Amino acid sequence: MQQQEPVLELVDGVKQFLGTRALDGVSFALRPGEIHALVGENGAGKSTLIKVLTGVHRLDGGDLRVRGESASFGRPIDAQRAGISTIYQEVNLVPLRSVAANVFLGRQPRRYGIVDRRRMYEETRELMAGYGIDVDVRRPLGTLGVGAQQMVALARAASVRADVVIMDEPTSSLEPREVETLFSVIDRLHADGVAILFVSHRLDELYRICDRVTVLRDGKLVHSGALADLSRLELVSLMLGRSVGEVRAHGATRFAEGERRHADGEPILRAEHLGGAPRVRDVSVTIRPGEVVGLAGLLGSGRSETARAILGALPRRGEVTVSGRPLPSGNVAAAMRAGVSMLAEDRKTDGIVPHLSVRENIVLAALPQLSRHGVVSKARQDRVVATFMKRLRIKASGPEQKVAELSGGNQQKVLLARWLAAKPRVLLLDEPTRGIDIGAKAEVQTLVDELAADGLAVLLISSETEELVAGADRVIVLRDGVTEAELQGAEVTADALLRAIAAEPPEDAEPPETPESGEAPEAAVTETAVTETGAAEAREPAAAEAAGSREVADSGNADVDPATARTEASR
Amino acid sequence: MTATLTRSTADRAQIGEWAQRYGVYAAVVVLLLFNIAFTANFLSVANFRTQLVQAAPVVIVALGMALVIGTEGVDLSVGSIMALSAALVPLYLGYGAAVAVIVALVVGLLAGTFNGLLVARLGIQPIVATLALLVGGRGLALLIAGGQLVDVRDPALLFLGDGDVAGIPVVVLIAAVLAVLTGLVVAGTTFGRRLVAVGDNRVACILAGLPVRRVLVGVYAISGTLAALAGVLATARLGAGDPANTGLLFELSAITAVVVGGTPLSGGQVRILGTVAGALLMQLLRATLIKNNLPDSVAQMVQAVIIIVAVYAARDRSSR
Repeated sequence: MQQQEPVLELVDGVKQFLGTRALDGVSFALRPGEIHALVGENGAGKSTLIKVLTGVHRLDGGDLRVRGESASFGRPIDAQRAGISTIYQEVNLVPLRSVAANVFLGRQPRRYGIVDRRRMYEETRELMAGYGIDVDVRRPLGTLGVGAQQMVALARAASVRADVVIMDEPTSSLEPREVETLFSVIDRLHADGVAILFVSHRLDELYRICDRVTVLRDGKLVHSGALADLSRLELVSLMLGRSVGEVRAHGATRFAEGERRHADGEPILRAEHLGGAPRVRDVSVTIRPGEVVGLAGLLGSGRSETARAILGALPRRGEVTVSGRPLPSGNVAAAMRAGVSMLAEDRKTDGIVPHLSVRENIVLAALPQLSRHGVVSKARQDRVVATFMKRLRIKASGPEQKVAELSGGNQQKVLLARWLAAKPRVLLLDEPTRGIDIGAKAEVQTLVDELAADGLAVLLISSETEELVAGADRVIVLRDGVTEAELQGAEVTADALLRAIAAEPPEDAEPPETPESGEAPEAAVTETAVTETGAAEAREPAAAEAAGSREVADSGNADVDPATARTEASR
Repeated sequence: MTATLTRSTADRAQIGEWAQRYGVYAAVVVLLLFNIAFTANFLSVANFRTQLVQAAPVVIVALGMALVIGTEGVDLSVGSIMALSAALVPLYLGYGAAVAVIVALVVGLLAGTFNGLLVARLGIQPIVATLALLVGGRGLALLIAGGQLVDVRDPALLFLGDGDVAGIPVVVLIAAVLAVLTGLVVAGTTFGRRLVAVGDNRVACILAGLPVRRVLVGVYAISGTLAALAGVLATARLGAGDPANTGLLFELSAITAVVVGGTPLSGGQVRILGTVAGALLMQLLRATLIKNNLPDSVAQMVQAVIIIVAVYAARDRSSR
């Protein structure tokens, strides 16, 4: 089976976005009947690779081969015609139309030019029954649970006789029981000789169903081979780019080395048993003044959501107190008054106000303090802005320059200035050094150190092991929305961190099952779908506008966090 | 290669930005020069008075509209709110002009607040939320007035319509003062700065703890109040409360003025001076065509072309 002719193959694929290589000479082969895992952290190039394979993006270099022959997909429909079906986690089919109509979308059986509904319903019923899915095929798709919708998408993929099915994080919004059904459907496809490319961040799932694995990092191919030959720890090491036992390179980060702050006294922030937010099931965090607490975990483990739940930007269960006083849920303004600020992960969508100046971006959260009777005091603003531009060494032509014109690193500093101008006592930093140049990175890291030394309580979310090792006094490791481990003081080493992230789940950690998983009644926000031309193209701008930032190019759909959080936040 | 590519895109972006920012002023100047050269009796005080008086109500409504559009919204209900004023003013005129005006303004404020709550609290899309009042508001106005045109004879009110202060029509004066005030609010108050920020990146504002809902409600409330005032002035000018026709299609004139004035529909920017110029441009354009014996229908088609050009110039081509 291994040496069979690949059904889909990429040779030395190169894809650039404004000079940044999102795919840098990646070779990849998918053989019939294999379930192939595609893994990598944010910005690794997974989404770009998928989009190349599905005709959303065109290669800038290299060769795409379908069944050994060179192919060029101009549009997603070309890929579909070549037998490649894609199931995205959130692009939808048509929620208002029936299950059957969705399965037959674009190729309805006709009689005398009119859609033959009877035949359509019947065939769909047979098809669904074949996969052990029990749904009323006449019901509008949108009334089904997310899981059931996903099955419909899969059934559609199978019924168009696809040779390749690409699934982008299909399980991220499913209940455990739904995941089981999904896997049984995948097994059937597998048995039929369909090649499946499976993207997921849940290691358990990968090891359960995948034969082979391809690991990407920073747009490059890191590893491709049989999954069974790779331990969990090795896989995580490959993804994060840190080998086990590798001595931390001195000077790799700018965090003051060696010295551990001994923050004593009462925690200023206490978040107990947080849950209820997407991907957050049971997380507890406490931070003392002057302490930097790291939050580690793979993509999708609930790190960002934890920070957002604490801030109140996502709904939550569980209590959050600041200096003993409870914070109301879902109220960002109250959290900020209590002294909690958050630097969001996605600078562009959740951070900067692009058309406003550096000055206005810095004072945004502190406007009331810098105004008198609602009238903005320019003098007071200027003082604050000048102070922070100097302290954070923000490089701009002046405070009136539009923030969109600055480099990523300087934008990040502007945002840091915004939160510092709000005089926080607790600062939640979500990937503060992502996507910024090395110089700015070092400056931000130094700043975090200084802030903690000044008594600020800092929560540091980072995908970079050494950033956590060097910067954090304590690290909390999340897995699937649950606190998996907590490392303290001398325990915080790259080695221990990797082990904790890659840890096997304990036997009794099976999440509680929800009954009736197949047809969860609630209206689903997240739908899954087989791509239709329009749907796929709708996603494209997100990546296309990623001005040179691989992270953003990837976050188009690899990382739903910002999107989910945004819909939540905008309620 | 990359360098040349960026440069040519940058050049084009700059031209587009220039057109968006200053195009409306240039167009006003061109039209003025054209008229001075070719239109008989254009250069007269009386003519300028007429043009300004006719543009004033649109300017007033467009000021509120500019704020709403700055938050990435739109207010379709302004014309109907004007009709409500036209119905209410004659009804309360018995208590004196001041009372009648205040009642009309309060109703406008309430109507705007209602719009704002639909948008901010219930999360209804602005175009739909304000469509409700566009349809229902005029119906209510006709109901109040009994579907009739009611004569207005109160001298104080009529003075608002055709009176002069220091040789300047009251309507024009009011519009000018409001334009300056709105400009100051946008540029110099926390409300104004938040409004623009909310329009530019609402998620970031929520994460920064800004009172996003309050800002949105406030914006629609202002728009409603300004529309009500425009309705009062229109009634005063006409000398009659005419809820069936007052403010008809005003929402479109106001949106046109705002868009032609260089405020992008995508929010995040408010150009008050541009909006005023936009209203003047459209007024001048109609006057020019009519004075040169082209029918109103042609004027409408030319307006359409200008709107398309304006939207094209303002489309989001920035690199964010």
